[in-house]
Amino acid sequence: MAKPPEFDIPEAGDYIFTPPVMPDAMSHSQPYVAKDVHQEAIGFPGELIDNWQQVAVDKLGELTKKYRGLQVYLDSCVKCGACTDKCHYFLGTGDPKNMPVARQDLLRKVYRRYYTLPGKYFPKLVGAEDLTEEVLDDWYKYYHQCSQCRRCSVYCPYGIDTAEVSMAAREIMDTVGKGQKYCNEIIGKVHKIGNNLGLPEPALADTLEGLEEDVLEDDGVPVKFPLNVKGADILLVTPSADFFAEPHIDGLIGYAKVFHQAGLSWTVSSHASEAANFGLFIGSYENMQKVAVRIREAALELGVKRIVFGECGHAWRVGYSFLNTLAGPFDFLDPNYPVPQHIVEVTHDLMQQGRIKLDPEANDDKRVTFHDSCNVARASRMGSKAGGQFTLPREIIKASCNHFYDMRADTIGEATFCCGGGGGLLTDDLIELRTKGALPRMQALKELNDQHQITHMAAICAICKSQFAKVLPYYGFEMDQIISVHQLVGDALVMDTEH
Amino acid sequence: MGLVLSGILYVTLIVFALGLLRRIVRYASTPAPLKIPTTPAPTTRSGVVFRLGREVVFFESLFKASKWTWLFGWLFHAGLFFVLLCHLRYFTEPVWGWVALIAPFSPYAGIMMLVGLAGLLSRRFLVDRVRYISAPSDFLMLIFLMAIAGSGLAMRYGLHADIVQVKQFALGLFSFDFGYLAFNPVLVIHLLLVAVLLLIFPFSKLLHAPGLFFSPSRNQVDNPRERRHIARWAKPFDATRSEKYRG
Repeated sequence: MAKPPEFDIPEAGDYIFTPPVMPDAMSHSQPYVAKDVHQEAIGFPGELIDNWQQVAVDKLGELTKKYRGLQVYLDSCVKCGACTDKCHYFLGTGDPKNMPVARQDLLRKVYRRYYTLPGKYFPKLVGAEDLTEEVLDDWYKYYHQCSQCRRCSVYCPYGIDTAEVSMAAREIMDTVGKGQKYCNEIIGKVHKIGNNLGLPEPALADTLEGLEEDVLEDDGVPVKFPLNVKGADILLVTPSADFFAEPHIDGLIGYAKVFHQAGLSWTVSSHASEAANFGLFIGSYENMQKVAVRIREAALELGVKRIVFGECGHAWRVGYSFLNTLAGPFDFLDPNYPVPQHIVEVTHDLMQQGRIKLDPEANDDKRVTFHDSCNVARASRMGSKAGGQFTLPREIIKASCNHFYDMRADTIGEATFCCGGGGGLLTDDLIELRTKGALPRMQALKELNDQHQITHMAAICAICKSQFAKVLPYYGFEMDQIISVHQLVGDALVMDTEH
Repeated sequence: MGLVLSGILYVTLIVFALGLLRRIVRYASTPAPLKIPTTPAPTTRSGVVFRLGREVVFFESLFKASKWTWLFGWLFHAGLFFVLLCHLRYFTEPVWGWVALIAPFSPYAGIMMLVGLAGLLSRRFLVDRVRYISAPSDFLMLIFLMAIAGSGLAMRYGLHADIVQVKQFALGLFSFDFGYLAFNPVLVIHLLLVAVLLLIFPFSKLLHAPGLFFSPSRNQVDNPRERRHIARWAKPFDATRSEKYRG
């Protein structure tokens, strides 16, 4: 286990407790600021520019004209308080600026000051404020304490989505030269090398070859992990963590086994060897599109017929909701399949058609629950019906293991809690925030564990998996209790060696 | 008296209508470049109409969030809606049948408004989270609405205004025929408060009313894979220029 952190780890109690307001409880928390090389590589100024106030105010005005959501959200909040106890970072820290409405207000008060009549003439009355250095500091701290999970947007009577506000704030900060190192450095790597890790093609080829050997050794089945195969039917776009990190890699093995068993031809592309798209987190349409277009380019280059996404939450949001917009139209792919498809949809279809067989007894040693990842739950769909993103993964998990239990209803489905590491916060400089933000999920898990002795929590998001592997031990669980959904599938899959 | 009030009401109505129209045009003409409905979301247009309908009539999301806020908020809005309908009796001649039928219940709806507003106001004082996010204007808005409802009820119970005269005055507003209005301080306060409310409507959080209908997280159809969605300003970046890769 990692060395003990230098902060108090909250204790997971018996129920989810709304803390009293504790001003400035997290005002010391902020991520490393991006260096000039990271900034410039993705088209932003290297350091805080001289006339940043003016540029930031202008950028805010520009964004309200480009994004209807932002404009409506800034105008519509009535401060009813419905969202105040919904954010996992507020529940875990008690810092009032982590209440969604207060987080939005950091930007809204500046919007009101410069762009509304009451804010211009009666700022004190309506809570409008000048954009000062203190406000910019608050932006930097608290817009990096939002994982853009959209839980607040479920409960807002107007659907105000703090994720949109926090993306806009991050874009404004990038524009004036105050970006976040973690996200911006990673986006630069994707532009330059093709994935978040900066894993070059030869290393990727090595890794995939190693996996073929491992699977052959473990299962005696010659499962292939093809790279850059022209003419393959399926392009698999998966988070690069799937290539090397635990427990992600067992998920990748699961997808490969499914493809193998169903006799589907597939390939990974080194050009688009990353499903993640951190352009989303920083609210940059241009960067998000540039990253997304790699997938189109890879599909064209390899001449595939279908695009399938691996287990990655925000990538599935960008894939499902935005890919057609950012990199479409996909009229050159097989029209019989949605573009893109999620690996869970593929496995589910194959299961229903009887083209793969799952033996749940293979996982009889496990007692499993499922963590709905926020971007899958509240920003995308699977299958043809609304809510398929909840039912499809559960159906394949239940087909893969006999002991499945759901956590409390108000902590799953559309009400799911973020793992605490989403939205570009999965970095060690934010470990206190990540640990405290995991509290509501840990409470729900503990409650279920007390009743059913849960051995594993399955997830379909690379960030969730990395985050839980890190924070589970702080709450008395083991780091390997978090697993990939397709690890369960891979273990339960009945393989024949005929192929 | 009637002339001055008429003038004030005309000016405020014009500011209200133009201000609100300007805002609605702004919302309608600002593109929503990406599909961002909060899912699970309806997959058809009629599903979206149904979803918005539930939000408008039942405050569905607020119900999920907080039962107390929902209760007080809904009482106030439902009461206000009912009272507004009852006010049609001052503007229709002869009074429409159903308006005459519901009009006697107007005071109960007014009391509903007051109860709802009092509940919402007490939350602003009592719940530490809500207190933290409240600006002076948030308290004032509630007090203001309570004053409108209270002055209306006061005329019903005790400080009566001359209803026949009020109606002549109201009808006169439509025909630019400014009737005489006897000075009744409660009525004047009631009307002036309404005038101020109309004035601030297009510049304040009261924009939540039109805002809901333009909220992309609520009004978008969940069909991004089936239909390509692209904003005007995003078209220059369209991806089809990567065709050199087509192999």
